[in-house]
Amino acid sequence: MSFWKSRREIGKAGWGRTLFAGIVSLIYFFPVLWIILTAFKTRPDALAVPAKLFFTPTLDNFERVFVRVALGGTEAVDTGFGLFFFNSIFIAGVSVLAALVIGILAAYAFARFPLRGNDTYLFIILTTRMLPPIIVIIPIFLMFRVTGLSGSYLGIILLYTAFNLPFSIWMLKSFFEELSPEVEDAARLDGSSELKVFFKICLPQILPGIAATLVFALILTWNEFLFALMLTGTETRTVPVAMARALGGELGVDWGLLSAVETLFIIPVVVVTFVLQNQLLRGVTFGTVKR
Amino acid sequence: MLDVRLSAVTKRFGILTAVDQVDLQVEAGEVVCLLGPSGCGKTTTLRMIAGLELPSAGDIHLGEQRVNDLAARDRNVAMVFQFYALYPSLTVAENIAYPLYAERLAQADIERRVREVAAILHLDEVLERRPGQLAEGEKQRVAVGRAIVRDPSCFLFDEPLSRLDVQLRETMRGQIKEVLSGLNKATVIVTHDQLEALTMADRIAVMRNGVIEQIASPHDIFAKPNSLFVAGFIGTPQMNLLPATLLGVAAGGMRFRSGAQDIVLPVEPAVADLPPGSEITLGVRPRSFALASEPDDTTLSATVDIVEPMGAETLLHVRDDGRDLRVVVKRDQRVQVGEQVRLRLAAGRAHVFGPNERLVQ
Repeated sequence: MSFWKSRREIGKAGWGRTLFAGIVSLIYFFPVLWIILTAFKTRPDALAVPAKLFFTPTLDNFERVFVRVALGGTEAVDTGFGLFFFNSIFIAGVSVLAALVIGILAAYAFARFPLRGNDTYLFIILTTRMLPPIIVIIPIFLMFRVTGLSGSYLGIILLYTAFNLPFSIWMLKSFFEELSPEVEDAARLDGSSELKVFFKICLPQILPGIAATLVFALILTWNEFLFALMLTGTETRTVPVAMARALGGELGVDWGLLSAVETLFIIPVVVVTFVLQNQLLRGVTFGTVKR
Repeated sequence: MLDVRLSAVTKRFGILTAVDQVDLQVEAGEVVCLLGPSGCGKTTTLRMIAGLELPSAGDIHLGEQRVNDLAARDRNVAMVFQFYALYPSLTVAENIAYPLYAERLAQADIERRVREVAAILHLDEVLERRPGQLAEGEKQRVAVGRAIVRDPSCFLFDEPLSRLDVQLRETMRGQIKEVLSGLNKATVIVTHDQLEALTMADRIAVMRNGVIEQIASPHDIFAKPNSLFVAGFIGTPQMNLLPATLLGVAAGGMRFRSGAQDIVLPVEPAVADLPPGSEITLGVRPRSFALASEPDDTTLSATVDIVEPMGAETLLHVRDDGRDLRVVVKRDQRVQVGEQVRLRLAAGRAHVFGPNERLVQ
């Protein structure tokens, strides 16, 4: 009787398959690897042909992300990237959490307390994802101008929350629907209020689903460029926008600097994904596993 | 000690009437089984007692209290679900303790009660596990434990043993019966397994199409089924139901014509009140036949079609005028396929059902 999950074993798949999977993974990972390597290169190394795989690493690029020394000058000037990183984290974090909280409540309601015309509402929610977002950018830009939301944290957070809601609701709803209603009935008979049924019985069961939704929403929001470009001001600028603005320099594209920004930019997503990886794995394979 | 009373309870889902004017009273300490094919309304009836469905009409009482408008969580009803409905994210101990949290007991009391229940159900070893790590029988016992850990007004079981294999089912049947007998609560068990009903119930209510067809003790429901449906539903192998014509009174009983054969059977006196020529159905259990050596007017002849040894007994499928009959004989009675046999009915074992499908009595 094996009650405990068997530990993952490389040997089970066979060395051939493991090697093959490793090579495929490396191909996918290569661009990221190249960026990380470039971030540690000096400018001549970064531009060297043929490309250098072995070089003396330097942290110069990372320093230059935050502090710039003008040509010929001696005084260090803040590049603003510290603020932009904070903006990215703050805006993405708040809007993803808001979308999750609203999405979880909405998804539970759609799954468990269907309204008359439930499917119609769900379809309407889905239609907001059917247009390419660029179509609505002018109306939104005007709305934001009139309401004074453009350039503010509140504005961009509201917008991202609204963008993340449709698929959060759809995704989470499917997780709620996987749950056995019998279990909730049992909790009711055992004296639980509806709130307790939701918080103590349903929520813990869909943690993997919440993790999966969170990561997808986070990546989407984290990488968003178009709306951030149009609707953020100097104080609320996010990293993708700032990166684009840093692209052109007096001396052409500064690959080392750009790679350093990108390397830093990848870290938060990697950390979140890493922290949630166990939940995430169960989340994306939900329903395929016998409970 | 509370009883459960349903008076004229009806449940409609749109145009479908799932439960139709059901009256049922379960005394404290009594076990009543709702038995019927799937879709007959037995689970809906149970869910209405639990408060998970609201009746469209009629009253439900727990003791003196009318509970129609009481939410499930305020009814203090303990239910064991078909798929156990354990809380997947809680340990076994937490699962069993869950109903006690709502009663706001002290932590020490909760722990003591959980230990007691775990000891009764032999769950001490698995208290720290989660439901996903349990074997099927253990899940079942946890579900029972969660029901008996508190002091409910009544117990409800929805197909409690349907997911267990045959051996485990027998063990659990005994265990549940034993646990229940010590608790003196009104208990309702829903099942489609007649063996479960016959062994566990004090009374069985056979349901069909939302209506209780008959409610009686296991003995009576087997010995005196009051309708064709109950007769055919209870008992394995199934009762033989032979269409026949009533011919009239004869020496030693009534004379019937079944197919091309005439047979004289001693039956209920009420049968004599039916007009001759009535089309009736004769119900005869497979074990009520005996093999006779000589044909006379109290026997039916037939040809043996299939012989199925069942261990202690042998099941014969015999054919007479294109109709199949099931006959159970002792295993030492050797019968060959294709052999002509004469079947004599044990006296008083034939049930006569009138044209309205009800027992004539």
